[in-house]
Amino acid sequence: MAAISREILKRRGIHRSPVMATIGTRSMASWFGHVEPAAKDPILGVTEAFLADPSPDKVNVGVGAYRDDNGKPVVLECVREAERRIAGNLNMEYLPMGGSIKMIEESLKLAYGEDSELIKEKRIAAVQALSGTGACRLFADFQKRFLPDTQIYIPIPTWANHHNIWRDACVPQRTFRYYHPETRGLDFASMMDDIKNAPNGSFFLLHACAHNPTGVDPSEEQWREISYQFKVKNHFPFFDMAYQGFASGDPNRDAKAIRIFLEDGHLIGCAQSYAKNMGLYGQRVGCLSILCDDELQAVAVKSQLQQLARPMYSNPPVHGALVVSIILGDPELKSLWLKEVKGMADRIIGMRKALRENLEKLGSPLSWEHITNQIGMFCYSGMTPEQVDRLTDEFHIYMTRNGRISMAGVTTGNAGYLANAIHEVTKSS
Amino acid sequence: MAVSVNVSRFEGVTMAPPDPILGVSEAFRADTNDLKLNLGVGAYRTEELQPYVLNVVKKAEKLMLERGENKEYLPIEGLAAFNKVTAELLFGADNSVIQEGRVATIQGLSGTGSLRLAAAFIHRYFPDAKALISSPTWGNHKNIFNDARVPWSEYRYYDPRTVGLDFDGMVADIKAAPDGSFVLLHGCAHNPTGIDPTPEQWEKIADVIQEKNHIPFFDVAYQGFASGSLDADAYSVRLFVRRGFELLVAQSYSKNLGLYAERIGAINVVCSSSDAGTRVKSQLKRLARPMYSNPPVHGARIVANVVGDPNLFNEWKQEMELMAGRIKNVRQRLYENLSEKDKSGKDWSFVLKQIGMFSYTGLHKAQSDHMTDKWHIYMTKDGRISLAGLSLSKCEYLADAIIDSFHNVD
Repeated sequence: MAAISREILKRRGIHRSPVMATIGTRSMASWFGHVEPAAKDPILGVTEAFLADPSPDKVNVGVGAYRDDNGKPVVLECVREAERRIAGNLNMEYLPMGGSIKMIEESLKLAYGEDSELIKEKRIAAVQALSGTGACRLFADFQKRFLPDTQIYIPIPTWANHHNIWRDACVPQRTFRYYHPETRGLDFASMMDDIKNAPNGSFFLLHACAHNPTGVDPSEEQWREISYQFKVKNHFPFFDMAYQGFASGDPNRDAKAIRIFLEDGHLIGCAQSYAKNMGLYGQRVGCLSILCDDELQAVAVKSQLQQLARPMYSNPPVHGALVVSIILGDPELKSLWLKEVKGMADRIIGMRKALRENLEKLGSPLSWEHITNQIGMFCYSGMTPEQVDRLTDEFHIYMTRNGRISMAGVTTGNAGYLANAIHEVTKSS
Repeated sequence: MAVSVNVSRFEGVTMAPPDPILGVSEAFRADTNDLKLNLGVGAYRTEELQPYVLNVVKKAEKLMLERGENKEYLPIEGLAAFNKVTAELLFGADNSVIQEGRVATIQGLSGTGSLRLAAAFIHRYFPDAKALISSPTWGNHKNIFNDARVPWSEYRYYDPRTVGLDFDGMVADIKAAPDGSFVLLHGCAHNPTGIDPTPEQWEKIADVIQEKNHIPFFDVAYQGFASGSLDADAYSVRLFVRRGFELLVAQSYSKNLGLYAERIGAINVVCSSSDAGTRVKSQLKRLARPMYSNPPVHGARIVANVVGDPNLFNEWKQEMELMAGRIKNVRQRLYENLSEKDKSGKDWSFVLKQIGMFSYTGLHKAQSDHMTDKWHIYMTKDGRISLAGLSLSKCEYLADAIIDSFHNVD
């Protein structure tokens, strides 16, 4: 029985030191001895621990996916209907490399405005992407290839995977200040300082709405100031919009920041995701768009985005794209979707109110205004890791140690319990 | 309309070259001639030249719809049920590597995505290593290694004189490469030539790979689709596993389950220990997370349902035999037509010896162009035809075209 032995490796001068493993009577050196176990994903660890907890009182507010008031995952009615329509009409031929044309058209209307001149002038290079992650990654790779001397400015804090994405794309990262722990709000002054001090023409990653993980968004006036400063500095704004419709309940309102920048004449990039606002998490549907000078350039840029996608996955998955196209392309279904997404946003807003009111009723010495000031799925509570640990150990409440609460996991059933627990661990602060 | 204040940074972005294969389909669509034939297509067609959705897929989707499953994120490594069945399908459920838990399996975005994950892994953990790819090979292999920044070189494979395998060249080039190279091998139904090594040749290839301490890296895009038998098509992979290699295998369900656009496949890494497998899997996940976070669920569920249900699985095997059978019939008819009509005595038996969807005709670029210009037959410029796009009724026409192009065009 042939096996790759250590002797052969030595003879051939292979300098890796393979780990010997014994299988039955054979000893076999491994090529993978130097491969260390990767660190566990911080968020998944929370869910694992939650699942393993036998306590009937346990609450999972680490989850980054929407839950209904019974704590159950939701598939939207408009999605079910779209799937019923797809089921009869089966053709699984490859999508074009850039993805579903229809889905892209509808996505651009959603982000840039139903009647956007930019769409009519065909100035937007856009491709279907693997949800928000895939859209960001394609952009990062595009940035690396065509603007190799640029870096990306990322807010503190941000969704952890942003760092992984630009790192694996080999684009150097910088940060800009964003969250103000003292007020649990926006550190606008520092943010503006960092924008001004960055070299002209820097690339910035901006969360279009419902900042993850803080839930802290600039106000409309603040966005206008940011846009103005970006013009002065000639910065490039890249928007990650993962919660359009999901934040306020109104997609146009949630796209306000983008619309402001467009009005001001910026040439933006935008990553869109349908994971949360259409509940299509596992389908991996999104869109990457880049606004160009003119149609010719948009065609060239799109061709290059496709060229980057080709050796990553060839062409994107069709199922989710069909669902999105059908929903957004059918006035009735689109209406239904708007109702449903507002329903989700309203439930979350309601839970924010409930949690805050409960804490105030308990006589907490701290201010909990930020719970209702913040927006979207997440709330940066301001709790310390130690306080979070107490929540878990004493109250079986699971969340990430940065104090981030997923409001999607809060229900009328557990809001009181959650408030009580938070009060207990913070009342002496 | 807002005036653009800032000039685009993307001024210097030039148009990417058109995809060589998509271009063929576009030109075909534009052709108004009745006799036109599209042999560029890399997707299976029925005898009526229609796309084919497998019955088992329709049934699986119906089940899924009825169950009303949710759309929550899959874990980064993909659907557990899918990962289990895909590894068992490839290696055999009773294979020791499965029994001993030595295979790291991650659901990937079809063959491309799985290859890319593996290439990224190679770049990160074997930064000095080179990949060896066949000459010719599927065009995207080069793009994948390029974008993953893994250097590559070619080993001889296609012999135009015999329209067959340049076995000696292949072995010599694999031998000449630096020790510890990753050798990309097509598990079955080589794309684009359709030429596969024989079992004896596979043994010799394994010998030289072992001698040079290379790592075998299989691309298995046609399991079941090549010969009609899932087990027979896994022969080469299982041979190498039997011989104790650690190896990588990328799988795709695009062709054999017709799930092209769902992007479902897997990367499997066979390790010498389950501990190594665990570590390797964790690192593959770390590479996937900043690419797309977690893979799409729909195609994975279809595969898990089909392979996991004995009735559906059997039905699938039958459908696959039908598809592979149609291709074999078409090869047979084409060969007969060529042999009857060509009076030159040229040996056309390579049409029968080659296997899978594609066939390298031996026509060069000018001859391939002639096929299109005069005969309205669309194919890629390297002389590759897709038999999946050929019907029995068109074999005679094709034979005439090939004979004309071969003999009358220099």
